[in-house]
Amino acid sequence: MRWLLQKDLQILRRSPLQLALLVLYPILIALLVGFAMTRGGEQTRVALYNAMPPSESLGFGGEEVDGNEIRDQLCDRVDCIEANSTAEATEMVEAGEATAAVVLPEDTGDRIRSLASLNPEPPVIQIIVNGSDTVENQVTDDRIDAMLGEANLLLAQRLSEGAKQYLDLILKGGELDLLGQEIEVLGLTKSEQILRKIEPKVPPGTDREELKRAITFAGLATDNLDLAGPLLTAITQPIQAEKIEVGDEAPSLDTFAIGVTTGFALMFVTVLLVAGSVALEREENAFTRLTAGLVSRSQILAAKIGLGTVVGTAVALILLSGLGIFVGIEWGRAPYWLLALVFGAAAFSAGGSALGAAAREVRAATLAAVMICLPVALLSLVPDDAVGPAIETAISLVSAIFPFRPTLDALTGGLELSGPSLWLPLLHLIILTVVYGALARLALRRF
Amino acid sequence: MPPAGASFFRRRVQGNLLKVKSQEPALAAREVSKSFDGREALGGVDFEVGPGEVVALIGPNGAGKTTLLSILAGISKPDSGQVEGHGVAWVPQQAALYRRLTVRENLLLFARLQHDAGLTSEAPQTMVERMLGLTGLSARADDPVGTLSGGNQQRVNIAIGLMAGPSVLLLDEPSVGLDPAQRERLWSFVLGLVGDGTSVTFSTHDIGEAERYAERIVVLAEGERVFNGTADELRSEVEAGGATGDLESSFLAFLRERGH
Ligand SMILES: Nc1ncnc2c1ncn2[C@@H]1O[C@H](COP(=O)(O)OP(=O)(O)OP(=O)(O)O)[C@@H](O)[C@H]1O
Ligand SMILES: [Mg+2]
Repeated sequence: MRWLLQKDLQILRRSPLQLALLVLYPILIALLVGFAMTRGGEQTRVALYNAMPPSESLGFGGEEVDGNEIRDQLCDRVDCIEANSTAEATEMVEAGEATAAVVLPEDTGDRIRSLASLNPEPPVIQIIVNGSDTVENQVTDDRIDAMLGEANLLLAQRLSEGAKQYLDLILKGGELDLLGQEIEVLGLTKSEQILRKIEPKVPPGTDREELKRAITFAGLATDNLDLAGPLLTAITQPIQAEKIEVGDEAPSLDTFAIGVTTGFALMFVTVLLVAGSVALEREENAFTRLTAGLVSRSQILAAKIGLGTVVGTAVALILLSGLGIFVGIEWGRAPYWLLALVFGAAAFSAGGSALGAAAREVRAATLAAVMICLPVALLSLVPDDAVGPAIETAISLVSAIFPFRPTLDALTGGLELSGPSLWLPLLHLIILTVVYGALARLALRRF
Repeated sequence: MPPAGASFFRRRVQGNLLKVKSQEPALAAREVSKSFDGREALGGVDFEVGPGEVVALIGPNGAGKTTLLSILAGISKPDSGQVEGHGVAWVPQQAALYRRLTVRENLLLFARLQHDAGLTSEAPQTMVERMLGLTGLSARADDPVGTLSGGNQQRVNIAIGLMAGPSVLLLDEPSVGLDPAQRERLWSFVLGLVGDGTSVTFSTHDIGEAERYAERIVVLAEGERVFNGTADELRSEVEAGGATGDLESSFLAFLRERGH
């Protein structure tokens, strides 16, 4: 069997065009897919529930921020639909009417006002997204980030006005309202004057009163500087978002993009190569000679699956190394995603063998491979809730019988600790390898 | 004027023939039948070839020649009937070679597979060198098979069939598509190989070739064996004075008379 595998690798090496196509085509596809994924088409619909009391005006530091102003700012980048409760907003997300929901809690106004006070409590808004919906989820994350950025920019402008007043107080001195008590702040300018006045007097006598005031100022100045810390944090990001996922967990965009790209490349390389290579045995008339007492059909099949697994995994590894330059790949988790690659490649190889054995001609096999792989992989990426129930059933069926979806799940699970479980998709891939292997073996009986 | 290889061969075969008359056939088929999707390709055909004998299998397209040869080679199973024979090698009509691999790589691959399958104990590398010498292709050993002429490809094809040292060699239309010079070189190669009692059965559409190189001719038509004998016997079978004409017209007349 190793001679068969060696022979196939020799043939592959002698076919520079095929070799180049096998590597370049999936990379091209991968780039296209990656590009398509980062560009969300139409505006994202977001359900908005504003629990703040109506027409509440948020004044701080002499500057006014209207509740409606914040809302308009939030809805500048997205298509907002009003919800009347948190529950209703959540339902809209679950039903797919909205890709996300934003909830402004009742205390948002108070918290925004507190930003200008000495103990700021940043407002926390709730964002509800559908966790089972990976592609949409990533687009939504980007949109919500942009949305929050807009709102935060507005608040930051107003807050910096408040910060300026505090700085003025520390600099020039004045009255400060602290927990209902009026405190006189000396200010750096006056302190300097006082200290100048004390300076000549200190060695001979003692002016305890002046000295005490200077000490008090030192304490207050320290306190004020302490307060500048949280205030500045508040300026950089006044509103904090608390993300709540309904539905299943989803891997991060990077992991998902790497998974899709690698899954595509692995699928094309492996299926095209193996389908073509199986059909070649017939085109070169070698199959009959090989099976006339030299090797069994099962051995030929095993060699083809071996070929696809070796070459597919190698190409995917090269691709991952290339992607690693741009995005973070957890090399520490290599044993896990390598498992995903190997088992995925084996399942694709078995599928490719079945295709090649059925097509019996290299050209027909190649064409069939492209025509089957592309739509099936794209179908596996369509979000479940974006289509009607009939198509949804078709999609889950395709995901179950074609190795792309389980390979993708295994890859994302292998790449990220918090990703989906690795073991279930691996089991799925093993089953598919056996089933497609059996189909290929059956087709080889009449090859 | 027959080529040198052929005249040598004739002398040898005639010598052998006297010796082997009483021996067991090297390969024998009894009442072999085969149908494809209900259509009969072979209907109870008897066939045998003695050690060192050369038999030509002729007949119209679709007569069942390839089907019979592949059953004799054990590649396909008959629906009914038996085949007896050992050390049968089969050389398919189209060169069963990897065109992208070199002559040496092709020979080495099949030498290794034959070795691993226990068909020969000869070391693969030695076998390759021996076969390169035999085919006279040592100079082209490192050229991809796809760049060789049809005749040279057929030599490599046959060389692979000879690796296991078969006692019966089955060739399906070995000279098809070759020009007369290539054809002559191929036959001198094949006949030069046939030593030590190896028998050869080949199918052909070239009646002249059948007469020139085969000692016995078997005619198949519509899955039946309609003739089994020498070229002269075939001529004399045709009543309309065909005995003096060329074998091809006798063959055609023979088929016409029997309604094929
Ligand atoms: N694999 C197959 N499936 C279906 N029918 C077949 C198959 N192989 C052969 N046949 C049929 O069996 C009959 C005999 O075919 P075969 O190839 O043995 O003829 P042949 O004498 O070799 O013809 P040719 O001179 O054209 O090579 C034909 O009718 C052919 O159509
Ligand atoms: Mg034929």
